[in-house]
Amino acid sequence: MNDSATRRRLLTGWGILVLLFLYLPIAVVIAYSFNANEAVSNWTGFTLDWFTRAWETPRYQKALGLSLKIAVLNAIIATLLGTAAALALGRARSKWKVPFSVLVFLTLVVPEIVIAVASRIFFVKAHEGFSFFPSLGWKTILMAHVVWSSAVVVLIVRSRFTGMGSSLEEASFDLGAGPVKTFVQVTLPRLLPAIVAGALLSFTMSFDNYVLSVFTASGDNETWPMAVFNDVRFGVTPAVNAISTVMFLVVAAGVAGAMWFVTRKSGEPADGRG
Amino acid sequence: MSTPDLQTGPDVSTTSAPSPTPPPPAAAVGGAKPRRRGGKATGPRYPAWLAAPLLTYYLVIFVAPLLLLVAFALATQADSFAGEQYAFGFNLSNFEAVFDGLYLDVFVQTFLLAAGGTLATVLVGFPLAYWMARHVSSKRKMLVVLLVMIPFWTSFLIRTFAWKLILDGNGAFAGALGIDILYTWKAILIGLVYGYLPLFVLPVYASLERMDWTLVDGAKDLGATPWRAFRQITLPLTRPGIMAGTLLVFIPMAGEYVIPQMLGGGRFLFIGSVIQGQFIGASNWPFGSAVSIALMLILSAFVVLYVVSALKEEQFGE
Repeated sequence: MNDSATRRRLLTGWGILVLLFLYLPIAVVIAYSFNANEAVSNWTGFTLDWFTRAWETPRYQKALGLSLKIAVLNAIIATLLGTAAALALGRARSKWKVPFSVLVFLTLVVPEIVIAVASRIFFVKAHEGFSFFPSLGWKTILMAHVVWSSAVVVLIVRSRFTGMGSSLEEASFDLGAGPVKTFVQVTLPRLLPAIVAGALLSFTMSFDNYVLSVFTASGDNETWPMAVFNDVRFGVTPAVNAISTVMFLVVAAGVAGAMWFVTRKSGEPADGRG
Repeated sequence: MSTPDLQTGPDVSTTSAPSPTPPPPAAAVGGAKPRRRGGKATGPRYPAWLAAPLLTYYLVIFVAPLLLLVAFALATQADSFAGEQYAFGFNLSNFEAVFDGLYLDVFVQTFLLAAGGTLATVLVGFPLAYWMARHVSSKRKMLVVLLVMIPFWTSFLIRTFAWKLILDGNGAFAGALGIDILYTWKAILIGLVYGYLPLFVLPVYASLERMDWTLVDGAKDLGATPWRAFRQITLPLTRPGIMAGTLLVFIPMAGEYVIPQMLGGGRFLFIGSVIQGQFIGASNWPFGSAVSIALMLILSAFVVLYVVSALKEEQFGE
């Protein structure tokens, strides 16, 4: 008995330690965003200047705007493509199922940097060969992002779809409703949490992506992660810290709000990332 | 007291049939697939062509680029002043160059550090997942899961950069403690573990959470030591989750670009940096393509070996 109490205490101590490890860098970024000294490594006093300075920097505004545009479009496109595919493949015993699953799996297993360089070659050559194909820019960034995001949507939505059983859909079809009506009235309401989770994850993945973006962009398209990377190399980044602090607070508030909403509504919390 | 039934009694191997392809985190969280036997498809359902748009998209924007990458890897770059000229064909000289001294070292270095990072992630993350599943009250579980996920939702670049501030030998943290490991493999290792920990913890936590813990209680009642119960019941039952977690962590670590760039200061080369250099710096597309393909092939070989060995162990026990 004493043994298991010790074990429990050790594990709890370890758990709290790892959680602290996870939040240490975030705490450092937040602290330095209030640092009066521009050289990040010295603390010389408290200031809110960086928040106004960051807000007024046109380059950051532009980069944030571009990232936001790409992330929103990416979430919409990936959710539509991914959900449609998940519906078709969820329960179908079709011959497409295996090759399609392999493809989805491949998009997630091939290292990001390999997808990134392959996309760069392809986009450059496609533009050279076909004038209607866009040159490197925000459109090619978006195209690269959708590959990953739609795969994530397929996985999340399909696992929910197969998990919830098909009897209601079969009843709906038997009673003469078409696919559209069945989807809107029967499937969508039950699938919505998974679709929303997929869309949110797509948005986040796109908004935060650096490697795919940098390889599929031309010099004058700077997304927010690209701006961060470029500035961080020189080490002077209080304004970047300030924006990151705001974004962290937004995410934390959003998560807290969602958690409050979910636990209040059903008492049974939604599961993990999906 | 002996425990003769532990190996064969509770049918460990079939309760959690591991799929040969490890489930990604989202799938690990989702429900089980209902299996349907025999007969044709039951009843009307959503039309199969709904998958066509995404399939087309993948063929054009994902498969075609990969094929083009292979074509470039087998091409040669002609030295000319007329810009980038390529001679396509079946030329393996790029691959020979890839496995030449310098680049071979980078490959070995990358895979050693990715393997070390994966091992460290398991050592740090498994006890955390175990604690979450076993010792956190069900009221607080949701909160702790979210605490693990929230950093994952905030900028990866910023969090990695923060480690640069923390590990800086002249800074307020490591500097004050007299630690100077920035721009070494140690800093990269910390960055790797930090960046990918949630990807390992979540699937493992999900499989620990789903596990039937009465089996462990039963084993202990029959006289098994906690360690033995852990090794013979907990570990095999959560193996699919551990496999998924380690793969989810190892693959991106081997292809990592940002972390070695920021925390290694470019002094400690990763394959990712070599590839980047061939496409954005020096610009030798055929060679860069060959390095990419080599990375993918070696990685696939690792993954296949790993999955096969894990499945074998599952079949024959320890």
